[in-house]
Amino acid sequence: MIEFRNVSKTYPNGVKGLKNINLTIEKGEFIVIVGLSGAGKSTLLRSINRLHEISEGEILIDNKSITAAKGKSLRMFRRDIGMIFQNFNLVKRSTVLRNVLSGRVAYHSTLRTVFGLFPKEDVNLALNALDRVNIVDKAYTRSDQLSGGQQQRVSIARALAQEAKIILADEPVASLDPLTTKQVMDDLKKINQELGITTVVNLHFIDIARQYATRIIGLNAGEVVFDGPVEEATDEKFQEIYGQQLEKEQQRGPVGAGAE
Amino acid sequence: MNQTPKKMVPKAPSKLKHYLTGIIVLALLAWSYWRSEASIVDLFTNRDQMATIIVEMFPPDWGYFLEIIDPMLETIRMAVIGTTFGAIIAVPIILLCANNVNRIPWISYPARFVLNLIRTVPELLLAAVFVAIFGLGMIPGIFALTIFSVGIIAKLTYESIEGIDKGPMEAMTAVGANKVQWITFSIIPQAAAYFVSYVLYTFEVNIRAAAILGLVGAGGIGLLFDSNLGFFNYPNVNTLVFATLIVVVIIDFISNKLREKLL
Repeated sequence: MIEFRNVSKTYPNGVKGLKNINLTIEKGEFIVIVGLSGAGKSTLLRSINRLHEISEGEILIDNKSITAAKGKSLRMFRRDIGMIFQNFNLVKRSTVLRNVLSGRVAYHSTLRTVFGLFPKEDVNLALNALDRVNIVDKAYTRSDQLSGGQQQRVSIARALAQEAKIILADEPVASLDPLTTKQVMDDLKKINQELGITTVVNLHFIDIARQYATRIIGLNAGEVVFDGPVEEATDEKFQEIYGQQLEKEQQRGPVGAGAE
Repeated sequence: MNQTPKKMVPKAPSKLKHYLTGIIVLALLAWSYWRSEASIVDLFTNRDQMATIIVEMFPPDWGYFLEIIDPMLETIRMAVIGTTFGAIIAVPIILLCANNVNRIPWISYPARFVLNLIRTVPELLLAAVFVAIFGLGMIPGIFALTIFSVGIIAKLTYESIEGIDKGPMEAMTAVGANKVQWITFSIIPQAAAYFVSYVLYTFEVNIRAAAILGLVGAGGIGLLFDSNLGFFNYPNVNTLVFATLIVVVIIDFISNKLREKLL
């Protein structure tokens, strides 16, 4: 369970990234966060595992505050949270298997991991994770030889090998074509359903969000402007929320748009 | 269609800065030429002298080849050991200097300052100082090359590390890796090829540097250069030049091939 309590984020230049967010995400939910560029989707998602720091409020994971965690305890929180990135973030020169095993480092001593001495169970875990995303035949291939969609599945396998309880995916399909988009989203959905892993995904497109989510959260200018099940997230509703905003952007012209 | 657009068009930036830069560079060049009394004419008027020496250099004394094998091997050994020590010492310095690995500015800036300090001292001067401390022989040469290598390897590698993909670093932070694990899994696999390539490059440079370190008494083939030049034994000098050329060309060739494979 992830709880946001009065979370706000102010950037050093005074821009408000998040404004008083209060949310509760239950275990096993498949949540899609939608919003225009610069609405704060990425900031919200990355504040969960503290890749971005918040300025006010508190975030609780299973009733324990990650906001207050430091050093080892913060690393233990992060160990249980898998993350999937728009650009896959694999080490391109390393093999697929080594990239997946890198998800296991927080379970072992520094010395052991530095020499790459992962126990047999870890290797099996990694291979099983690769099998789950149908890419186990590439285990010993260098990652830069894979296509974008395949690389994204490897990064999903890394999160699985991590035995994460939560998976965060920041625009996981933004650099993929429609067919691989479907494969990657299907994989995420399958993992969510079969393993009960709480999944939070940022997406640009409302239609994909409706297809996969159990609940949709709409953000605009750092505020939650919609929060509800897929059935309520109708076109009319979103037109109402974002229509005005879009018109305003168009009037202002490209100069003011896309402020991050 | 050909009229000025109605909307505000920004003014084209002034080119004055480019012209000024050009004038300053030309002025510096003219001043250096004048003050150092460099004269291209001298190069031609003294061509007789040059011709005399070149004529004296031929034919090289091929019998001398056998005698210089040992000092040549000594030169190569100095370069091998100096480069290796330098590479090992460079590693912690690299990690301290790269600002995407070490995010504490009050450590990375002093580390870089020390590195730049090392790089300002020419290797011949280092060797001369070490000869004064340790006496004649290979040891001062090895120490000089070690410090010289640290400068090159650390500078080139940390700058490459600052340009690597930050995605994997973010990913390793997200899986809960500690700093050492973070470096092992996100920095090292991306930086290793650069590092090895720069070590090889430094080895090439060190072979050439080691060949002249003997001039200040720090061992190797340079000692023979010095003594033969002193005795005006130009055929022997020519043999030395040939032998050095061959060794440098072979090592450069192998090293270049290896580096092509790496990057």
